Amino acid sequence: MALSSKTKAVLLGPLNKNNPILVQVLGICSSLAVTSKLEPAIVMAIAVTIVTAFGNVIISLLRKTIPNRIRIIVQLVVVASLVTIVSEILKAYAYDVNKQLSVFVGLIVTNCILMGRLEAFALGNGPWASFLDGIGNGLGYGWILVVLGFFRELLGSGTLMGYKVIPQSFYDAGYLNNGLMILPPMALLLIACLIWIHRAKNKDLQETTN
Amino acid sequence: MKALRNYFDKIRPNFEEGGKYHWLHSVYEGFESFLFVPNTTSKSGVHIHDSRDTKRTMSIVVVALMPALLFGMYNVGLQHYMAIGMEVGFWTRFFYGLLAVLPQIVISYVVGLGIEFTVAQMKGEEIAEGFLVTGILIPMILPIDTPLWMVAVATAFAVIFAKEVFGGTGYNIFNVALIARAFLFFSYPSKMSGDKVFVRTGSALGMGHPEMVDGVAKTVDGFSGATPLTQLATTDAPHFASFSFTGVTGQPLSLSDMFWGFIPGSVGEVSTFAILLGAILLISTGVGSWKTMLSVFLGGLFTITLVNLFAVNATMEMPAYYHFLLGGFAFGAVFMATDPVTSARTEKGKWIYGFLIGLIAVTIRIFNPGYPEGMMLAILLMNAFAPLIDFYVIDANVKQRLKRVGNNKRK
Repeated sequence: MALSSKTKAVLLGPLNKNNPILVQVLGICSSLAVTSKLEPAIVMAIAVTIVTAFGNVIISLLRKTIPNRIRIIVQLVVVASLVTIVSEILKAYAYDVNKQLSVFVGLIVTNCILMGRLEAFALGNGPWASFLDGIGNGLGYGWILVVLGFFRELLGSGTLMGYKVIPQSFYDAGYLNNGLMILPPMALLLIACLIWIHRAKNKDLQETTN
Repeated sequence: MKALRNYFDKIRPNFEEGGKYHWLHSVYEGFESFLFVPNTTSKSGVHIHDSRDTKRTMSIVVVALMPALLFGMYNVGLQHYMAIGMEVGFWTRFFYGLLAVLPQIVISYVVGLGIEFTVAQMKGEEIAEGFLVTGILIPMILPIDTPLWMVAVATAFAVIFAKEVFGGTGYNIFNVALIARAFLFFSYPSKMSGDKVFVRTGSALGMGHPEMVDGVAKTVDGFSGATPLTQLATTDAPHFASFSFTGVTGQPLSLSDMFWGFIPGSVGEVSTFAILLGAILLISTGVGSWKTMLSVFLGGLFTITLVNLFAVNATMEMPAYYHFLLGGFAFGAVFMATDPVTSARTEKGKWIYGFLIGLIAVTIRIFNPGYPEGMMLAILLMNAFAPLIDFYVIDANVKQRLKRVGNNKRK
């Protein structure tokens, strides 16, 4: 299946030049809260991708019938139903991860990326493009979460997906896990570093200083 | 000295425009201004002619830190030999402390200056003197048993994230040395507090020779490395009168011990006397602000007096002079709060800034047993508020003057 250049931009743009976290700085709160371990970060990334994609499709299908004045409520109803479904599935099949994600699964409803995409894209585009946009934004959000989760779990707990990866000999030699990595401030600093690297690579995104 | 000067003059063309090492010119200038008086003069009109530049200011702070550092080294040795129960002379204690502290100083300077040099090279700027003081402050506010790799990591973190990303020396919002300590404090709490880290029981670069039992140094019976403030935070004594501070071997600590500094604690903070010497130098040369120092103590005194009135436990009953002699209170007030970059710059602002540091530090000490020492957090918090204080002090002044002008007009 060949993608036209426009759909390609819709799908791949959010992964890099138009990343929801790195460029639009949306969805920061959940990315600080759920990334202290890799596993919940991955689950969260998948959940948000699914909800964004299908929320986009549904709203895009309904876009001509939704009265403009109540569109936010309709969007909320759609997103809330999707989130409830995801939440129930997680409770049924991944109870431990669901407990770690705690309130943040429910809070996907208020995730700025979601409402942003519904408002900015799905209301003005067809279902297929909206679907790709949802996938793209979900993954753009997701890969940051995975990177954060990877470094925070590796440096903060010495494990990855719960498996010990830093050998015991390191600890015997005096190495210690960095407790600050588990705390949200370090997640914020790591996001800052990612933005730093990203801006350094994309000169056109750099703000001009006066 | 003459030969060195000649050598510098001889190799200078290599570093000038068109020379083969031109890309290294900031390193050349860094070393030259470290060794000699910088040979630059103001290009525009100035009204005050004085050789008081950053280099001189920094050097005076380093000199002011020397008494506290040297005494701290001696005290490291003293506590060590008391802990392992060996009677040794003055110089043995001092050399043990020197060998224990020196690697930390070296690591902190190598890592910090390495980053500073690299960043200066990358940005094509001159190397600033800012790290001269930070580099020596970092080992002085850490427990003696902090592993060297942690010193390196914390120094790198602090220099990059507290200083270079804000634009380098003179632009940092937070005190760089305190950020290094805060980083370690939250990253490796087990190495930054408790009763194991403030007294080194193992050997220092082969010196000290403790008897080893199961890989752990054998200490005298009743040994406890808890600092006085930790003892106070963990005590269950109902009243301060029924509580007494003890040294490493369980001996009671007197007020004079606390004043001279024969107590466990971070290297630089133990001796209030040595800090006082530094304070005198800072104030007499005008490098440190006496207003900030005094107001930190006033803020502390105010809070403690208030808490003493409503005291319900030993911590709340402790009189003010204990608070001032113990922990990092004096050190923070003299060397950390007065940092000209991160403190308030208006004269009125300094009073408010210092007062609030004293108030917050004591509040944390008394009401949060999890943090026996609140000085670091208090100063970092007020660092964030210093620009705001300055803004309102200036704003109030502008308003006052506007009012005066308005009144004159009406007349």
